[in-house]
Amino acid sequence: MSEHVVSPKIYVSVFLALMFFTILTVVAAYFDLGRANVLIALVIACIKATLVVLFFMHVRWSSTLTKVFVVAGLFWLVIMVALTLTDYLTRPSSPILRGP
Amino acid sequence: MSTEAEVIAPSVNYYNVAYGVKSWLLTKDHKRIALLYLASVTLFFFLGGLFAAGIRIELLTPKGDLMQADTYNRFFTMHGIVMVFFFLIPSIPTTLGNFLIPMMIGAKDLAFPKLNLLSWYIYTLGGLFTLLAIVLGGVDTGWTFYAPYSSNYANGNVLLAGIGIFITGFSSILTGLNFIVTIHTMRAPGMTWFRLPLFIWSHYATSLVMVLGTPVIAITVLLLALERIAHVGIFDPALGGDPVLFQHLFWFYSHPAVYIMILPAMGVISELIANMARKNIFGYKFVAFSSIAIAVFGFLVWGHHLFTSTQSIYAGMVFSILSYAVAIPSAIKVFNWTATLYRGSISYDTPMLYAFGFIGFFIIGGMTGLFLAALGLDIHMQDTYFVVAHFHYIMVGGAIMGYLGGLHFWWPKITGRLYPEGWARFGALVVFVGFNLTFFPQFLLGYMGMPRRYYSYADHYQVLNVMSTAGASVLGIGYLIPMIYLSWSLKYGAKAGPNPWGAIGLEWMTPSPPPTENFPVTPVVTWEAYEFRPIEEAEVVGQTQPNEPIG
Amino acid sequence: MADSHPTTHYGLAHHFDNLEQQKEAGSLGMWTFLITEIMFFGGMFMAYILYRSSYPQDFAIASSHLDWKLGGFNTIVLIVSSLTMAMAVYFSQKGNKKWLLTCLALTMLFGATFLVVKGVEYHEKYVTHHIPIRDFWHWTEPNSDSGHVQMFYWIYFAMTGVHALHMVIGLGIMAVIFWMAARNRFTPEYHSPVEISGLYWHFVDIVWIFLFPLLYLLGAHLTHH
Repeated sequence: MSEHVVSPKIYVSVFLALMFFTILTVVAAYFDLGRANVLIALVIACIKATLVVLFFMHVRWSSTLTKVFVVAGLFWLVIMVALTLTDYLTRPSSPILRGP
Repeated sequence: MSTEAEVIAPSVNYYNVAYGVKSWLLTKDHKRIALLYLASVTLFFFLGGLFAAGIRIELLTPKGDLMQADTYNRFFTMHGIVMVFFFLIPSIPTTLGNFLIPMMIGAKDLAFPKLNLLSWYIYTLGGLFTLLAIVLGGVDTGWTFYAPYSSNYANGNVLLAGIGIFITGFSSILTGLNFIVTIHTMRAPGMTWFRLPLFIWSHYATSLVMVLGTPVIAITVLLLALERIAHVGIFDPALGGDPVLFQHLFWFYSHPAVYIMILPAMGVISELIANMARKNIFGYKFVAFSSIAIAVFGFLVWGHHLFTSTQSIYAGMVFSILSYAVAIPSAIKVFNWTATLYRGSISYDTPMLYAFGFIGFFIIGGMTGLFLAALGLDIHMQDTYFVVAHFHYIMVGGAIMGYLGGLHFWWPKITGRLYPEGWARFGALVVFVGFNLTFFPQFLLGYMGMPRRYYSYADHYQVLNVMSTAGASVLGIGYLIPMIYLSWSLKYGAKAGPNPWGAIGLEWMTPSPPPTENFPVTPVVTWEAYEFRPIEEAEVVGQTQPNEPIG
Repeated sequence: MADSHPTTHYGLAHHFDNLEQQKEAGSLGMWTFLITEIMFFGGMFMAYILYRSSYPQDFAIASSHLDWKLGGFNTIVLIVSSLTMAMAVYFSQKGNKKWLLTCLALTMLFGATFLVVKGVEYHEKYVTHHIPIRDFWHWTEPNSDSGHVQMFYWIYFAMTGVHALHMVIGLGIMAVIFWMAARNRFTPEYHSPVEISGLYWHFVDIVWIFLFPLLYLLGAHLTHH
């Protein structure tokens, strides 16, 4: 398995993209969009994290095994959150559903 | 070909390669680390056993005449903490797993030998904190540490015990990490995934649970400890927190932790059944994948511990159905083991006796688990002795029977000595009788409504409780018998050859005890798992084929 | 076997067959460790999700008392440090010792800067009595529940504290790597320690990428006058 040398050009482009999204997330937070604020912040953070994982951490050029591990790790986090929320979202007295 | 004497008793092996305390405490050899663990977990096993003895003696009479309620609470809590975190979870993986995984896959050591030693030190450090907590008076919260009692009100040494569990968790994580990487990257040439012994598959599944679950208990215990220090309420309803969140996070790990205890035992049983019946395991791939399935499903069912904890009824239904699903891969294993026995050449030596015990107990423990997974029935059973009996059938009847069976099976490999077969069969019988006498009455007690965690009970429960206590005494003796004859065999046991059982597997193709790097030359695997041949053909790697090309 | 291998490398441990196997094991080990880290932070994220959605108003008000400019500055610092870390890996692959050392030093410098700024923020919270421990807690803001705000700060300190601890450990790792690099331990054939520690560094950066918007920007629209 010969290793992939990523050119500095790609690193710098990824860096600029990360900067752009950082500014974007701050700007977006200044508008009161209700619950959409969280969604936007999370989507931007996920994009940034994906960029770091794929390029800085070389997963784009890594073995299938590494990719499976990364996805599995995230999937287990989703299991924990989703199944815990099946409880909180379906309680008659759910504080989450009550809203602000 | 070398002389017979050299094959059977090589001059240098992992055990006599170096002497002195330092050579043990600084060793990086997985086999020596396994023995360090063996000593530690045995110590904790008997410590936990002492607390169990205290519980059973107190429950001999309906009134609380031996100890106060508070003392009793501390006894069952410390019994649970010591047994779960310091014996059951590390037992098979860190001893048999540590010893056998590199040998079974044809590697010289685990992928990270230093990390392996470090994890033993972490385990020991966590153990010391817990021992300190015990010496200073123990904890009375139950091993589950439910908040807000543990965070705000309990006056025991919750912090010390919590720190002990937090630290020990990292030992578990590092062990799991080491196993996963080893199984992925260190297999000998030709050792494909489907040629792996099923012991390896089950340890891979166990490692997945260790790696994915343990961090969550670590952070949960950490949050609990900080909450206890700072009195701020993530789990305190008075401050807007939710104690059920603690239960969710706790059981997200602690339910899968049950599979950390039982999966390695299932791996041991697969090896025992195939080798002692001298037959290829029936449905290898089903057994292999059922281990993975148990590990994955194990993460989806924790809510069945919360049926009576204000969890929403809809979540309860989801968790109930998912809990039934775990029965499928579990049943696959049991069916395949019994199908393997069909027309096998079955030996009734001690390891097989433990394997038979395991299968029976696991069926009883598993089936009663289905009772408890039923949403309606569980309301009646919750926190009764039915639950206690159920999980002791899985953990004592399953995990410990597997552990003892495996210990006997690989004892000649580990020590180079045979144990006395007659005594061992007798010991297995005593354990079998003592176990059933201890825990079967508890099913009846629970069904009749006796709650767990009380130091006194209504008079009409006494007969069954006396039976249970009597059984516990027999069981205690049953555990002491192997302790005695195994120690005896270290010095006086007959010398074992490389393969006293005529078993299949790379670990049997190297001398007993093995040399430090396990194999004189890296083995090349050209056969399938459990491919039984006449015993005469069994080979010792590096002795009969020294010119084999190296991969 | 190691002894029969034509070029036994000084970096090769005795139980591996060759450098490639060793590198694969090291990299897979780090990824497995990072998965445990995801789950470790995951427990705190679960608490955050539950209480943030239960008490959105109180959390927004509490968040508006954090200085998002300092948090934003730290975000940029960490992203730059990730860039220098990635470049360090690049120069180790190329065997350029001078630039490898420079990039590692810069990475450590930015990491240290992050911790200093974090310290300034913690100190500010100490001065204004916004530390959620009995005597250090004083909350006067109207229209908000002191207990819920306290919970926000509790989660804030737990998450950023654990993250800062990871930064400190990361700095220690980088110091070791720097020392190894200075002693000519790395070559284009053998540099996996640089790469594997880089994975850790980037992961700590990713955690902050989530912490910044989730902790600092909740109440940004409140301070917008």
